[in-house]
Amino acid sequence: MDPEPCQTRLSNGLTIHLKELHTAPIISHWVWYRVGSRYEAPGFSGISHWVEHMQFKGTPKFPTSQLDKAISRTGGSWNAFTHLDWTTYYETLPADQSALALDLECDRMHNSLFDPVEVEAERTVILSELDGNQNEPRHRLGEAVRKAAFDSHPYRNEVIGTKEDLQRITRDDLYRHYQRHYQPGNAIIAIAGDFDTQEMLDQVTQRYQNLPGSPVEPVEVSPEPPMTAERRAEVTGPGSTTYLQIAYRAPAARESDFFTFGVLDSLLSGPTSLNMFGGGGTTNKTSRLYKTLVETELVVSVRGGMQATIDPYTYEIACTLRPERTLEQVLQALDDQIKRLQDELVSVDEIHRAAKQARALFAYGNENITNQAFWLGYAEMFATYDWFTGYVDRLTQVTPAEVQRIAQVYLQPQHRVVGVYLPEGPGEGTP
Amino acid sequence: MTVVNKVTRHSLPGPEDISRTVLPNGIVLLVRSNQISPSVSFSGYLQAGSFYDPREKLGLSTFTAAGLMRGTALRSFQQIYDDLETVGASLGFSSSTHTVGFGGRSLAEDLPMMLKLLAECLQQPVFPPEQVEKLRAQALTSFAIRAQDTADMASLTFDEILFAGHPYALPEDGYKETVLAIQAADLPAFHQQHYGPHGMVLSIAGAVTPEEAIDQVGESLGAWTNPQQPLAPELSPVESLTQPVRRHIFIPGKSQIDLVLGGLGPKRKDPDFQAASIGNHILGQFGMMGRIGDIVREKSGLAYSASTSLNAWISAGSWEFSAGVSPENVGKVIDLILAEVDRFTTEPVSQEELQDTKSAYIGNLPLGLESNAGVSRSILNIERFQLGLDYLLNYAASIEKITAESILETAQRHLNPAIFVTITAGPQPIEVG
Repeated sequence: MDPEPCQTRLSNGLTIHLKELHTAPIISHWVWYRVGSRYEAPGFSGISHWVEHMQFKGTPKFPTSQLDKAISRTGGSWNAFTHLDWTTYYETLPADQSALALDLECDRMHNSLFDPVEVEAERTVILSELDGNQNEPRHRLGEAVRKAAFDSHPYRNEVIGTKEDLQRITRDDLYRHYQRHYQPGNAIIAIAGDFDTQEMLDQVTQRYQNLPGSPVEPVEVSPEPPMTAERRAEVTGPGSTTYLQIAYRAPAARESDFFTFGVLDSLLSGPTSLNMFGGGGTTNKTSRLYKTLVETELVVSVRGGMQATIDPYTYEIACTLRPERTLEQVLQALDDQIKRLQDELVSVDEIHRAAKQARALFAYGNENITNQAFWLGYAEMFATYDWFTGYVDRLTQVTPAEVQRIAQVYLQPQHRVVGVYLPEGPGEGTP
Repeated sequence: MTVVNKVTRHSLPGPEDISRTVLPNGIVLLVRSNQISPSVSFSGYLQAGSFYDPREKLGLSTFTAAGLMRGTALRSFQQIYDDLETVGASLGFSSSTHTVGFGGRSLAEDLPMMLKLLAECLQQPVFPPEQVEKLRAQALTSFAIRAQDTADMASLTFDEILFAGHPYALPEDGYKETVLAIQAADLPAFHQQHYGPHGMVLSIAGAVTPEEAIDQVGESLGAWTNPQQPLAPELSPVESLTQPVRRHIFIPGKSQIDLVLGGLGPKRKDPDFQAASIGNHILGQFGMMGRIGDIVREKSGLAYSASTSLNAWISAGSWEFSAGVSPENVGKVIDLILAEVDRFTTEPVSQEELQDTKSAYIGNLPLGLESNAGVSRSILNIERFQLGLDYLLNYAASIEKITAESILETAQRHLNPAIFVTITAGPQPIEVG
């Protein structure tokens, strides 16, 4: 049986989730902050991601040169991610090295230096990362689609930010953002692996209990008004391949419609694995869109999926067109399938199939301690841990009528952006 | 058929808990049981890689491997994927120079179905002509995408030049013109001639006992024979270049240049391999991408990524430095890398660097074995390179033996900037200063 995690909260607001597992001599330590591009004011896009980079640039106790060496010499892995609703940092280490992760994360929650020289070096690094992204047609298309999908909500911005904002943001802006959001009351420590729960709880408490916590000012994000007409986003660039990306407004993770959408996604474009590690899983060749688009030689590939978010985000379908096909042909075939979902009830067997697929995908994720620790915190960023443990059951409770209703409500042309990348010409590599 | 070992749980995989069995038809089966999660992963290979491709039909092995799941004598393409996707399982094949590899995962309860399907795809593919054409269209699209990918184009060109005259010079998936030259009938012919149990290895890890796995594999693949199957040929060694090569692949409309430079490295069974691997880690991987990352990214802020890789294969290897840089920084980044190569080939690494990396290698071992897929792949590589079932148990001791002097000698033997291949791909580099 899967062990129940221990959940507790310190007086400064820090939430702690622990899951004791003795399957391998490893621990995985994650700290999650409720900050990401959703929390960024206009003109400051990319600031959360840049702060994440600065968290690797040292504290008085762990100078930048020592930081990665300390982790690396244990043979452990570590990284950080900034997304729409959250920023997270993790270390997976041999179990006897867990103190290092505890010390490091506690320290950089409030002692990071933000050395001006490092800030400037990092500005160049991030601008170079941005340039690298601009090399990718699909990245540019995704960017344009998200901009078109939201008028005012910060979900319209890329997590990395715009060139203009990245050139303008100062060291003090970064430091203010850090001080405001990197507070115990805005964080969750999630640890899974080979430890004794009480001992680990003592270790965490001892480090954090005296950390002063400023109240975290809530960030008000106005809801995005509904779309009333279909929007188009067009990007042109080098190459000979046309890409199509469609984004429908989708429910937030906490809404019960999200689970119904999970079934719909599984049927329409194949199941989406929500695991960050040990994910992968199954293909989508028996999904309705694969059959109707790839099998009929309209597109080379199709995939779809959605993300669990605080506010309603998007359900996206992306295709790579075959060279001889037109956008209209592909859209027509896709719309026929959506109409079928709106007009005809799916079978109960199809719903059970989606639930079995989800069960298998979660079983793969459970092989892996890093992924188990990931879920302890991740689910809390948009719902609660129960959201994760109840996910498969929620899918089995979905009814054919609900799938039909979801298709009728959400998958309307006036609720979508149709994005296309139009190639300007071969521009093939020449020596 | 002999079962070599019994399984025990919760330890580093070794002779005590890896079961190695040779089936009468030559298939080597490796099993490591792990009852903790209800899932199973398997991986394996057989001797039907791209070195058998005629040059004018390069990509035939990849094309054939891709066709295995497009229909068998017993199941259509749709039935194959319906059986897989209904249970949330996956199966896939791909080709490399030497071998066709495969991998799959499922819930343990579905392993018998998975092995049956694997056996069908390997033994009874039918390559329906309409499916072959779909695969060809996909390959052509992937070439068009590859031609626009700066990192892919730099790496492709690097291999073409470094390994000129050797099968490692050629991309396994071929080129547009070679894939267009492949006829539908070439796939079954290639399959008939090269697919067989001789030299095939299958590794399984997860919630299955060795006895169950041996029975299930025996039932699905034990009767397979192919008298036509040739013995895998020995590849000739790669000829070293005699002068440096510098080339730029112009890809218009891009904002960043991908850079790859380097030369030949040791092959996997070379006695130098372990020292080169530790040295490479110090040079371009430890911490934030080692010395190279430190100087190019951390100290100079000239690139988002800059690192090294040691690619050691069966008959040769490469030692590469790569970076993604803006057009005006290309020259500076190359100079910084070459200065680090010079230092690395003239001075021994410090004891601190050596100890850090050794400790990283040893500590990292259980992390790589966290999942069933990791265990399965790791055991497969032990067999592929004939490292011995006690390889993982002896790993720490073998790492501890490496000295700063042995790394320096290895670096001097393998890293020669005077004959480096330097490839850039993307917009035109901007000369500065």
